[in-house]
Amino acid sequence: MQVGIDLGSRTVKVAAMHNGQLVDHQLAESGFDPYGQSMAMIKKYKAEKIVATGYGRHLAQEHFAREVITEIKAHAIGARHFFPNCRTVIDIGGQDSKIISLDEQGRVVNFQMNDKCAAGTGRFLEIMAATLGFRLDEFGPAALESQNEATINSMCTVFAESEVISMKNRGIPRKDIARAVHLSVVNRLVNMLSRVGFGREIVFSGGVARNPCIVHMLHEWLGETKVESSPAPDMVGAIGAAIHAGNC
Amino acid sequence: MSSTAFEVKAYPEMWESLNMDVPRFDKARQMLGEVYAKMYLSQLNRPKNMAYFDDLISEIFGGRIKEMLDSKKSGKPVVGTFCVYIPEEIVVAAGGICVGLCGGSQGPIPDAEKILPRNICPMVKSAYGFKAGRLCPYFQIVDFVYGETTCDAKKKTWEILDRLVPTYVMEIPQMKNKRDKTLWMEEVRDFKAKVEEVCNASISTEDLAGAIKVINDKRRALQRLTGIRSANPAPISGKDALLIEQIAFYDEPVRFAQKVNALCDELEHRIANNEGVAPAAAPRVMVSGTPMALPNWKVHNLVESAGAVIVNEESCIGTRYFKDLIDENTSDIDSQLEVLTDRYMQIDCSCFTPNDERVDQVLKEYKDSNAQGILHYSLQFCHTYNIEEIKIREACEREGIPYLSIESDYSPEDVGQLQTRIEAFLEQIQG
Repeated sequence: MQVGIDLGSRTVKVAAMHNGQLVDHQLAESGFDPYGQSMAMIKKYKAEKIVATGYGRHLAQEHFAREVITEIKAHAIGARHFFPNCRTVIDIGGQDSKIISLDEQGRVVNFQMNDKCAAGTGRFLEIMAATLGFRLDEFGPAALESQNEATINSMCTVFAESEVISMKNRGIPRKDIARAVHLSVVNRLVNMLSRVGFGREIVFSGGVARNPCIVHMLHEWLGETKVESSPAPDMVGAIGAAIHAGNC
Repeated sequence: MSSTAFEVKAYPEMWESLNMDVPRFDKARQMLGEVYAKMYLSQLNRPKNMAYFDDLISEIFGGRIKEMLDSKKSGKPVVGTFCVYIPEEIVVAAGGICVGLCGGSQGPIPDAEKILPRNICPMVKSAYGFKAGRLCPYFQIVDFVYGETTCDAKKKTWEILDRLVPTYVMEIPQMKNKRDKTLWMEEVRDFKAKVEEVCNASISTEDLAGAIKVINDKRRALQRLTGIRSANPAPISGKDALLIEQIAFYDEPVRFAQKVNALCDELEHRIANNEGVAPAAAPRVMVSGTPMALPNWKVHNLVESAGAVIVNEESCIGTRYFKDLIDENTSDIDSQLEVLTDRYMQIDCSCFTPNDERVDQVLKEYKDSNAQGILHYSLQFCHTYNIEEIKIREACEREGIPYLSIESDYSPEDVGQLQTRIEAFLEQIQG
């Protein structure tokens, strides 16, 4: 059995594979002790090899992982597992967003990743949902219900939050503000996509791929290009790491 | 030298006499020593001749300052600069010392932000903060600063810096037409006049010929080192080579050239024995872009900690400083100033428009250094390099060169993201 573990900024994901098939997976909050959390999650497997990815990958390598790969490579491998022909992957995680461009064989040829600011990330959506009093799973569906154009201009999480507060205080309904927040994330993604270039099929991974409003807006923006949300989008990195464990 | 024994030496009495903020500076000194031991002395299989440069770092706030103070006592000026466009040959011809001033650490930035806007280049803020906070002995001993007009942040900061230390400004044109050279030439003559005034001496043809030779020799030594770095396995780490390029702005030029050449002799032996600091399979990365001023080792440390080796710096603290030489076959002061100005006009800084020769230079250095990918580095808010990055990126796409562009400052907060991007870039190079 091969195990892949993705120590992300918000959650730890574990995928266990046997003969190329996903046999088990888990997801838990990273908490304040991602190492302890990881150990608790992997102890039930008799793993031949463990490959780690995500922000905590080097911590994992110090303790239990045979090898580390970056999230970028892990998501590329994981996305190809579900979509063997895909050439572009969007991954939005807790702390960053990435666009990954692959060649025919699935090798990474180019990528874009946000700089140090949190704009356009899962964390950004979390903070904005909280500011507007939505649970995270309500946030996307609520934004989808809005029919009214509103925009937030700031890309910076801190300034965007102030902008959202002033919108609330102008009496703008929170659904419309939610829509504006989603639109700002999508605008940023489209900018990154046009820098890297993209083909006719884009695979969307990471927790934010479960947000229906982001997916819908991406569809609208990209027209002809198909945007597929990966099955188990949170697990794509861990699955990629597990597949890599089988190959290294 | 073991990493536990290393420290940057303290000279509190001398610092006191230079009107420095001694308690704060002493903390910075200790931190520099710790960082240096961790990043530098822990490297495996370092060349023996790096010992000189280690010693220089341990004396960077002491021994080297004392040398400069002694020179000042004999009436020779110390001129502070911030740019490779200021002709140091003229200072050396007058018997003075030219020093590239500090601007590479996060520490003094809060001092600068008390007055300067926050959203300007970290190098300019850091430099201003060093003076405002009295945190740099070099800044404290200079007779004057000679700034330039290479970017908006600098040229406007000089007006404010002038309140703390006499600051003159050389107007660097932004295009390279004939009339621009005429202006530049006049600026070079003004600079010479200023240096002569402060030294109370006039610069003769022999003085200038001697200085041109000294600085050419320094640049030749650095060119030699760059050539040697093209070998695989790499005989020296990128971190060590960057350090040498940084020290080039502080050290006495004749001694420095000797020491670099001695190091190069050792490195040539290494190449003959197929010896290196990294395995031959280690990815080879070239850095291109804005300068990394001492002690900015952030990117080199991330790249080399991830198992790759940096083989070239296309940067002002790098090849842009030493790729061009001055013709030594001139016999009168006017023609000397003419060839000197010609040499300085070849520098391909992004402050010029157009500046397409830089794109060609980047591609040339990529091939010459046997690199496998280019990492473009731009300081935050460095508009000219950040925009010119588009052309470098396009050239890399055209040539099929693996390419990563990063924009960063001196703060540690983006290290996690940078590490991920750099490691992914190395995965990309390794296929």
